[in-house]
Amino acid sequence: MSKFPLFPEAASTMAGQVDLLYTFLVSLSLVLSVGIAATLIMFAVRYRRRADGQVGDKVKSSTALELTWSLIPLGVSMFIFAWAAQIYVAMARPPDDAHEIFVVGKQWMWKLQHLEGRREINELHVPVGQPIKLTMTSEDVIHSFYVPAFRVKADVVPGRYNTLWFEATEVGSYHLFCAEYCGTEHSQMIGSVHVMEQADFQAWLSGGSSVAAMAATVEEDGAALFQSLGCATCHKDAPGAFGPSLVGIYGEEVRFADGTSQVVDDSYLRESILDPTTRLVAGYQPLMPTFRGQVDEEKLLRLVQYIKSLSEEGAVADAAGH
Amino acid sequence: MEAADTREHYLNADYGVKSWLLTTDHKRIGLLYLISITLMFLLGSMFAVLIRLELLTPGGDLVQADTYNRLFTMHGIVMIFFFLVPSIPAVFGNFLVPIMIGARDLAFPRLNLLSWYVFMVGAAFTLWAVITGGVDTGWTFYTPYSTTASHSQVLWTAIGIFITGFSSILTGLNFIVTIHRMRAPGMTWMRLPLFIWAQYATSLIMVLGTPVLAITVFMLFLERVLGLGIFDPALGGDPILFQHLFWFYSHPAVYIMVLPSMGVVSEVITCFARKQIYGYKFVAISSLAIALLGFLVWGHHMFTSTQSVYTALVFSVLSFAVAIPSAVKVFNWTATLYKGAVTFEAPMLFAMGFIGLFTIGGLTGLFLASLGLDVHVHDTYFVVAHFHYIMVGGALMGYLGAVHFWWPKLFGRMYSEWAARVAAVLVFLGFNLTFFPQFVLGYLGMPRRYHVYPEEFQVLNVMSTLGASILGLGYMIPLVYLTWSLSRGPRAGANPWHAAGLEWTTPSPPPTENFETVPVVTEEPYSYPISEAEAV
Repeated sequence: MSKFPLFPEAASTMAGQVDLLYTFLVSLSLVLSVGIAATLIMFAVRYRRRADGQVGDKVKSSTALELTWSLIPLGVSMFIFAWAAQIYVAMARPPDDAHEIFVVGKQWMWKLQHLEGRREINELHVPVGQPIKLTMTSEDVIHSFYVPAFRVKADVVPGRYNTLWFEATEVGSYHLFCAEYCGTEHSQMIGSVHVMEQADFQAWLSGGSSVAAMAATVEEDGAALFQSLGCATCHKDAPGAFGPSLVGIYGEEVRFADGTSQVVDDSYLRESILDPTTRLVAGYQPLMPTFRGQVDEEKLLRLVQYIKSLSEEGAVADAAGH
Repeated sequence: MEAADTREHYLNADYGVKSWLLTTDHKRIGLLYLISITLMFLLGSMFAVLIRLELLTPGGDLVQADTYNRLFTMHGIVMIFFFLVPSIPAVFGNFLVPIMIGARDLAFPRLNLLSWYVFMVGAAFTLWAVITGGVDTGWTFYTPYSTTASHSQVLWTAIGIFITGFSSILTGLNFIVTIHRMRAPGMTWMRLPLFIWAQYATSLIMVLGTPVLAITVFMLFLERVLGLGIFDPALGGDPILFQHLFWFYSHPAVYIMVLPSMGVVSEVITCFARKQIYGYKFVAISSLAIALLGFLVWGHHMFTSTQSVYTALVFSVLSFAVAIPSAVKVFNWTATLYKGAVTFEAPMLFAMGFIGLFTIGGLTGLFLASLGLDVHVHDTYFVVAHFHYIMVGGALMGYLGAVHFWWPKLFGRMYSEWAARVAAVLVFLGFNLTFFPQFVLGYLGMPRRYHVYPEEFQVLNVMSTLGASILGLGYMIPLVYLTWSLSRGPRAGANPWHAAGLEWTTPSPPPTENFETVPVVTEEPYSYPISEAEAV
């Protein structure tokens, strides 16, 4: 790395695209600002006042010229808009094979959890060459998950899930910053993302310390919570249960008592645990109490993951077989 | 020349504190604002000095984290709400709107005085918040931090901003009515000076946008005091709703700050090029276009905030569109110099500095409107650099241009020309050295509002602090020579710059009633050469 870098390290599939657009815009800005400054100075010097009382010549404005310097910039900016929009859309759509990791922000630390069970604080280990999707929320105020080397950032907002995805391309350790001001230690809410070779990552994930080896997966933790909180009492996959069956619902459309409907996603599951009566499934009584205050964001993520697992092919088949 | 001193004018028409505090003369009220906002500027600058000193080193060695967070918050609040938003409209708009259109005063002189008192009451609440510990939410007051987490003086500050907003609304209302109803015979819309067009567009934003800020701040108040769940999800609220409401005012507020400066630049450029502005209609209409489009782009502050992709696309495309009328102005100013007769007095240097810095500010705005790129630079020093180029390089540079251009009209005295040129050059160089490195810092990934930062960012921060000290010097020099000019400066005469425009046809300082006889306008604006009778 040079002593005076103009670009941060580039370690994701997005970095090159963003840098290319940035380089184009810097070049365009240089041409335009130098061009305008040079014209301004040239006119000012060339047409400087040579005698007291001298005034400028009458110059008639040209509508054609006005339209030219309005419409050409408009065209150029629409081109930039389309280019930048295409990168943004790609950033907003995680690939289907992305590996999910949960992130919970709180004043002033990052808590990360791998589905396989390992938990981390302010450190995130990921494999190189594998799309990673982060599902994120906050325990308190708004934070923002920012990895400059990946050129990605997404706000971590309390009360909802936000996602961010990236695919690391270079092994190494990179800054993780909180980019949304969040109080006293905002500038200390930082950490590192460690990009590892696939094999090293697998070893790290399954081993390292004995504690990590014994850790249950998120799904297992979620299943245990599902039992201990008593969810299973009503949400049975059997006719006549007090609550709707949760098997096979994820990604399917569900109808509500008020006649509306929507596709079941993470946010809906989270909302239904905290505010069960807001969108009540058609045909059921509002019997379920809120679990607000009993389950924090990390537990919520585990429950959601468990309920999601009930819609995977094996689980649905199991249920059908019973 | 000294004999002219016996003439009665607005400054010596009456003496005593009461004659100032109860005045309804728009010119005196302009001066009351000049004094008030200069003090606020000095306060805001002190915060900036401490911020830049802290950032000299990566560690937090000068002040503690909580103090640092209060410093950048109060720097922003004081500079935006109590200096930049009122600056040109409240001082020069007040002084010049009636004179430039040939009127005796604003439409509602007593309302005008009330605006100043409302401003001062708002300022008092905010200063009380500063004295009793300050506020640490950032000038953006993002929820739920500001409503549930912050332990600082959010309430007093919010009340201060709420109240001050009404001062803006009343001033805007006064200008709109005055410009519609009180133009002198022959002063048609297409003969209005471009400064008036800019004030008109600014007033529209003030009247339409500021109430939304007041409502937003009031809701913040309700949640913080009564625990009413509006923004905090723990209470059933939506924190992103706050961002929508806040930026619905605060993005147009950027145009409240910069449009008046654009008006100043149009006046100054034409005067020192001795030439009609190129493309009068396009420059005039572009002010209105900016005011209108400015209301439709607020979502570009929220590209990473969970906003939907489609919403983001719409806000992005509109943000590119709002750049066009600004570009049109820059091109027309440049074209105005073509075949002109140009000189380089201090106001002209400030105006040319404005064009250069505003161009960079505008172009870097395109970076932020670019969705995929904004994701990386959002909430970094790139944004800090960009908005300082617009608000300091643009708005403040224009304000200084106005101060130097109309100072002889305000006080009837000239300042030291060479000292003013030195100040203009220092401000330009110091500004660039302060803020240009911050573009690089931002792209490298340094987040804004960081009390401590990784060591690799230090070199650029040191450059920035060095630039800030030059910039500070550039701001201090005018305080000295302008104060000196009040008693020692040579007398200015009615029209020291040989400029066109009604304000230059009346003596300096103007009489209380502005004109001895109601002027009749028979020409386009900026008709050079001006007749010799006007050039006294």
